[in-house]
Amino acid sequence: MSERAVLIIRRGTPGGAQREESWDVPFEPGQSVLDGLRWIRSHQDPTLAIRYSCTNANTCKECMVRLDGKTVYACTARLHPGTMRIEPLPNKALVRDLVTELAPRDERLSS
Amino acid sequence: MTLPSHLTADVLVIGAGGAGMYAAIEAARAGRSVILADRSLIGRGGATVMAQMTVAVALEEQGLDHWENHYADTLTAGRGLCDPALAQLLCELGPARIREMDAWGVGWARENGEYKRAFAPGHDRPRCVYVDFLNTGPAVSRTLRARLNRTPEIRRIGELLVSELTVRDGECIGATALHVPTGAPVSIAAGATIVATGGLTHMYRRNSASLNMSGDGYALALAAGAELVDMEFVQFFPIGHLAPRLIGMDPIMWDPFRYKLGGRLLNGLREEFIHDYGSEDDGKYVVTRDLATYAIEKEVAAGRGSPHGGAYLSFEHCSEAELRAAGGPVIDRLAANGIDLTKQAVEVAPIAHYHMGGVRVDAKMATSVPGLYAAGEAVGGANGANRLSGNAITEALVFGCQAGASAAEHAARGRVRADVMTFDAARRRITEGVTTRGFNPAALIEAVQSTMQDDVGPFRTESSLRRALDTLGALRKELPGLKPAAGTAFDGALVDWYDLATMTRVGTCVASAALARNESRGAHQREDFPGLDAQWGVNQIIALAGDTLHLERQAVPS
Repeated sequence: MSERAVLIIRRGTPGGAQREESWDVPFEPGQSVLDGLRWIRSHQDPTLAIRYSCTNANTCKECMVRLDGKTVYACTARLHPGTMRIEPLPNKALVRDLVTELAPRDERLSS
Repeated sequence: MTLPSHLTADVLVIGAGGAGMYAAIEAARAGRSVILADRSLIGRGGATVMAQMTVAVALEEQGLDHWENHYADTLTAGRGLCDPALAQLLCELGPARIREMDAWGVGWARENGEYKRAFAPGHDRPRCVYVDFLNTGPAVSRTLRARLNRTPEIRRIGELLVSELTVRDGECIGATALHVPTGAPVSIAAGATIVATGGLTHMYRRNSASLNMSGDGYALALAAGAELVDMEFVQFFPIGHLAPRLIGMDPIMWDPFRYKLGGRLLNGLREEFIHDYGSEDDGKYVVTRDLATYAIEKEVAAGRGSPHGGAYLSFEHCSEAELRAAGGPVIDRLAANGIDLTKQAVEVAPIAHYHMGGVRVDAKMATSVPGLYAAGEAVGGANGANRLSGNAITEALVFGCQAGASAAEHAARGRVRADVMTFDAARRRITEGVTTRGFNPAALIEAVQSTMQDDVGPFRTESSLRRALDTLGALRKELPGLKPAAGTAFDGALVDWYDLATMTRVGTCVASAALARNESRGAHQREDFPGLDAQWGVNQIIALAGDTLHLERQAVPS
């Protein structure tokens, strides 16, 4: 019994034009927002930039995004029918699309 | 922001899980400068941080144990294929590492001042230390990270995807990597290099792996001229969570509950079945991983699986208080997912969990390539055909420590070779590429994962393995013409392309070794060759000549 969510995703690069894209994503009840984002990459657009590592365990803490104005982990937020707006974290430097700079300054190549 | 295109260190460690972090700490202790690189953020990816519970170690306090007992159990579990020198190193030096971690504040669970020791399947006595609740991996990772941060000789750099080890005159002189956030190439010259990239379980559709575990170290070492050993042995964790959908929990989460409460494994008819396969599961957790995986898959194949194609795991006979004592706050996380263990069984199924095979090293963690070392799960041989529960973290710490010491010693003997032309050429290979349309590498990764799961999974046949080799080979042939050019910030498609190159190479190694081994042993089960064949008590070694894989049988070292 598949349901559908509409994910509106803000995309772009630092200093470049920002745009919003809308994706119609099928899901089974219980699935996470990260499941939806991964579905977009493997079924529609592999260029969508997202950051995650552990996928489901909420151990890596890499998948933080803004969901309808609130900061969430994409792996523990659940998909629901209707529209969901996903944006990069507003308080971190943008890398691309939903990916922001999370590394401490002394763990970056540019330090 | 200035971005260097070339760096230098005495020792380069690739992979910042337990083995890599320990290696970096040990190399710095020996007075060497270290770069610790990971393709994920430092301390977030890899397998160590995901570990839920057991760390096997023969602590001798009160005369309760001796490393030789642990060693004997490790060899038995390995079904005759363990490299005894590596297994001995793991067991003999495990206690020193576990005590050092204790001194560094990891917080092993204690009772009346003594280490709590859990009994795990395959061990002859309670032997596994842990950190509550389901917190061993995060605690180990956090403790090592705190040590790293206090060691000024170690430079930590995240988001570096190493594309090749750099070899000159047969010697490893460093590595070249894609800096993922910018798409820029960077080379690192090093006196010695350690591959600590973990295993390959992300190559399977059902896995308990971080994203960065697609076999990188195997492909890198092989291309640099090193040998791989025992590649056919992929351990499936029998009771990975299957249903109902759980979020915010690792799929191997049921292991600690089994250690503490036993639990009952039931087929789709809600009947116990493990005893039909030569072991027992009578409310106690004694069945080994290879046998449980076999039994569950066979029940499913016979039409006696649970609704989602696995088995039931039931704690319905346990009281709420017992469950709370075993799981602590995890009980609340289950409740948030709508699961009450006193009222319902969950569904579990085998899930790719660990790889026994890997880079072939000696007891110094040295590969056959001068200047190249390996550590942790990236190493093959210590665990033979099947790994004992609890040996993975011990192996990460012991082998990491040894590799760090060996690499530091090697680096102290020679100087770093800043070979400009060789590194320039390696960086150019990252930058070069094409713009392709209609190529979805993320979809192809899922296709490879399905091939590995269905055709090179817990059960193999000649025809399934040949099919997998054809599929992987055909895809591998396409890849050179599809490589995206580097230069885009956080280019997931380019990262996926590198993963496809790695997965097709490493998958071919696993399938080739599995096809040659005409018997069933430990984690390698051939439907067309059931049962162990004494003549196959040998290791299989893989090396690369040009672009051709060579597979060879060798006697198990004595």
